[in-house]
Amino acid sequence: MRYQRPGLDLASHLLLAVGCGLFFLPVWLAFTASTHSMSDLYANVAPLWVGDAGLSNYARLIHDPVSGLGTDVLRLLANSMVMALGIAVGKIAISLLAAYAIVFFRFPLRRLCFWLIFITLMLPVEVRILPTYEVVADLHLLDSYPGLILPLIASATATFLLRQFYLTIPPELVEAARIDGAGPWRFLRDILLPLSKTNIAALFVIMFIYGWNQYLWPLLITTNADYLTVVVSLKRLLTTGDALVPWQDVTATAMLAMGPPVLVILLMQRYFVKGLVETEK
Amino acid sequence: MTHFQRYRFTPWLLMAPQLIIVGVFFFWPALQAVEQAFYVEDAFGLSRQFAGLANFVAVLQEPDYYQALGTTVVFSLSVALGAMAIALLLAVQADRVLKGANAYKTLLIWPYAVAPAVAGVLWLFLFDPTLGLVSAALKALGVDWNHNLDGSQALLLVILASIWKQMSYNFVFFLAGLQAIPKSLLEAAAIDGAGPWRRFWTVTFPLLSPTSFFLLVMNSVYAFFETFGTIDTVTGGGPGGATTTLVYKVYQDGFIGQDLGASAAQSVLLMILVGLLTLIQFRFVERRVQY
Repeated sequence: MRYQRPGLDLASHLLLAVGCGLFFLPVWLAFTASTHSMSDLYANVAPLWVGDAGLSNYARLIHDPVSGLGTDVLRLLANSMVMALGIAVGKIAISLLAAYAIVFFRFPLRRLCFWLIFITLMLPVEVRILPTYEVVADLHLLDSYPGLILPLIASATATFLLRQFYLTIPPELVEAARIDGAGPWRFLRDILLPLSKTNIAALFVIMFIYGWNQYLWPLLITTNADYLTVVVSLKRLLTTGDALVPWQDVTATAMLAMGPPVLVILLMQRYFVKGLVETEK
Repeated sequence: MTHFQRYRFTPWLLMAPQLIIVGVFFFWPALQAVEQAFYVEDAFGLSRQFAGLANFVAVLQEPDYYQALGTTVVFSLSVALGAMAIALLLAVQADRVLKGANAYKTLLIWPYAVAPAVAGVLWLFLFDPTLGLVSAALKALGVDWNHNLDGSQALLLVILASIWKQMSYNFVFFLAGLQAIPKSLLEAAAIDGAGPWRRFWTVTFPLLSPTSFFLLVMNSVYAFFETFGTIDTVTGGGPGGATTTLVYKVYQDGFIGQDLGASAAQSVLLMILVGLLTLIQFRFVERRVQY
């Protein structure tokens, strides 16, 4: 039965439209600011509409070394991409194997391994930054891609999700594979991986965004501009001492920094919602 | 047989990458943090002495620590409640309107993908004392906005930026929770004469309580840890420590102040705090908050 009132529907649409607009407003204003020259920008308050310096602003940031950073923004984007992909792919790869072992094999200390991995769910890297920094320094991994990636892979979210999924796979499949003479590697490659495709896609979206948006860890271990990520660079652009903040550069870099993860979330929305709801369960 | 037998080395081979990474980058540092918390190191890091609980006592006697604790509580609660209230309001509307719910979802989830530091920059620009549109509007209303000088304005600014980023996460969960509520219950309530307002508070809201509780814990964890980027870009913990949360203080004392023992002791206290939060989540989510 229809028990909703049309007047209320209109109010709901209105509220949602206002909500969407308000959430979009900060991004719009950053975008318009990024298309003005600095002198234009400081002539008045933040402009509501785009200016004519957009192309030159973005082209300059991408091609020329930015003062205060020592490198161009393209390099920063590449570093962020390496880190985000490294974290997403690395985490999925090791979790896939570990969850496979935990669900489909019986071996001594299996329960202990399980708990050793799952206890990591409790403590994010922010809590143990200092000692982790020392470990990474001892391993000579400061200012390197492995140093950026490996400590952030050390957590069990993906293992947990994949384990939950593997547990729903009917035992008959394993049995059939065994009868057909397929060993564990063959089973993994030909049966389990194809079945896990949507779960892997969901994890990829979550982990890519997680990796791209990391702040504290890359801030600590990168002193060399060659390994600086775009998200971390923003603070350096803002720190100008007594000089005026070059807001056209800051907002343009912010737009570039949010581009890839926002694209991923919009293009893979279905997997994102699935991944979000299932990793947190 | 539901699993592979007679493979003694394969499972270890499969587990090895994760066990090694977790061992080297999680357990080793975590144990070191615990150990370090009980030692005092000299200024050059050359020698150290066992100090028992001295580091903890020092931390707990420091007024700054309680200021950071207070800031963390205010900050976390404001972010959690603000982001949840807005998300619930919008999710209820999106669930009500039959047409366009998915379009609204697309238009509302993308802030999840924006880095906390980027969210900070966006909001910093809105409130910039010279250029910001909102600060200009506030000035017209007679409010003098300068978060570089005013501690509570600075705190409000990081709270707003954090709410903006976190709302979409809550929206996804609230919408999923709302869509899982059987429509027959709402129809029955409607037949009994309950209006939309009454239906929401007596049927929908209680049925959402597991989602809400889960989100409360997740939002607190978010406010604790992930907002570091927002705080660092927007205020750097200032002015006068007004936006220094517990996590920010670990960073300040450890990396900027180089006081390793104090920083480690704070890390351990934080671990205990987060451990408790997680425990509460596991214990109560399923038992207490039920329908």
